[in-house]
Amino acid sequence: MVNQLLFLYCAVVIIGTGLVAVRSRNPVYSVLAVMVLFFHIAGLYLLLNAEFLAAVQIIVYAGAILVLYLFVLFLVSLRQEVKIERFIASHRVSALVSVCLGVCLLAIIPTFKLGAKGQYPVERIEQLTHTKAMGLELYSNFILPFEIAALILLIAVIGGLVLARNEKEVKE
Amino acid sequence: MWFWANVTGSFLEEDHSFNLDEVSVPEIMQILTLILQIAILLVIVLLHVAYATYFERKIIGHMQVRMGPMLVGYHGLLQPIADGIKSFFKEDVVPAQADKPLFLFAPVICLVTMLTSLAVIPFAKGWVLADINIGLLFIFAMSSLASYGVILAGWASNSKYTFLGGMRSMAQVISYEIPLGLSLVGVMMLSGSLNLTAIVNSQGNSFSSMYLFPQIIGFFVFFLAMLAETNRVPFDLPEAETELVSGYITEYSGMRYALFFMAEYIGMMVMASIGTTCFLGGWNGPFEVPFFPPLWFILKVYGFIFFFIWIRATLPRYRYDQLMALGWKLLIPLALLNIFLTGLFKILVH
Repeated sequence: MVNQLLFLYCAVVIIGTGLVAVRSRNPVYSVLAVMVLFFHIAGLYLLLNAEFLAAVQIIVYAGAILVLYLFVLFLVSLRQEVKIERFIASHRVSALVSVCLGVCLLAIIPTFKLGAKGQYPVERIEQLTHTKAMGLELYSNFILPFEIAALILLIAVIGGLVLARNEKEVKE
Repeated sequence: MWFWANVTGSFLEEDHSFNLDEVSVPEIMQILTLILQIAILLVIVLLHVAYATYFERKIIGHMQVRMGPMLVGYHGLLQPIADGIKSFFKEDVVPAQADKPLFLFAPVICLVTMLTSLAVIPFAKGWVLADINIGLLFIFAMSSLASYGVILAGWASNSKYTFLGGMRSMAQVISYEIPLGLSLVGVMMLSGSLNLTAIVNSQGNSFSSMYLFPQIIGFFVFFLAMLAETNRVPFDLPEAETELVSGYITEYSGMRYALFFMAEYIGMMVMASIGTTCFLGGWNGPFEVPFFPPLWFILKVYGFIFFFIWIRATLPRYRYDQLMALGWKLLIPLALLNIFLTGLFKILVH
């Protein structure tokens, strides 16, 4: 009962802040709305016993990535509040598209099926702690996808280095 | 704080068949005692914060061969109380061009995130509000959120000095969070846990088994990153008086200024507590203290805070590019080396 109420609360806030993030004319407010949204997604992870994911969600997304967004935003719109123009001028067209999308999403809901139970039921996770369970799986069964992700990130790092270096040489 | 302590405490460790209709008297009592414990902790911490400022002014005063506060009470002992009353009754000025809601809310973000991290700190055996499995990660999460308060304060005040201070703080906190997190990975590897109580327990009871010795590189990185995270001298660029008036808090006055001040000191205390639990053996000491188990913990935390103040009285400020170079080119590689060495050591021992 308490779990359902908490889920309901998180879901409502996630939808609400999502709307605020899309509708707000001031991009700083949008970013803040997304921060609150990430917080409640972390809440959903907690309800699912995924405590490690919840913490990482806040550290990585709310704590690092969104701060970088704010950084970029401040650098771009130094002291002038940037007002975002509407994508589509006509209200009717946008309303029609949104309603169609909404109907599509609602139509998908009945096809949702619970997956088969894996080897990590709640009791096992609680006994092992989520961090350990995830580490064990990640570094044994899923080592290849993990390494691929690491390689992609490495390429991104090298790309960042190359970009930064070029700019400097041009200046000199 | 109550929300988090409760959610994390009751949902991670206890059963999930908790039903609202079946809330029994003991459960309500449990919640009430939790609220009472939180209130006691808050009062003690806020009093501590008030007197930490006195401690700082006195120590810096004596290091600079002057007396420090002397007028209010015996040797100025009531000075923090007087300061508190003064800032409470001061006018709360909001600049005309400021973004009002964010300007008013920014100090609250700072203070709340700092206070929330107190929930997972074990002050003594069993003296912890929320003994969660991811205690260390929780503190990282909260300290990374605290930077929002600073950034938003800088932006919302609509002033050049605050904006520059906020931007500097943002870059500094992002850069130093990485070595701070990496420096503690060695501790996590040795103890095999993210739970702060488990980390203290795994260090054993003796002086030589403290993680300070096997993790000396990690401690070095942690200490520098801790100074930068809390915006203390020699890394106090976000509020460098000589360049930026007082950085992101320039436009604040009265109680909201005091909230930032409190957040800074609680941040110092939280970081000192992490250093104590992860490297100095937490509440363990030469002998058990009857009636007041957290004595050793508090002494160690005060030792850290004394170091903070000593450094403030001694060292000049870093330049901005030096700060970035130190973080990215020295501390992060050192922390990675420490992780590598710890891993190698663990493989060789087993």
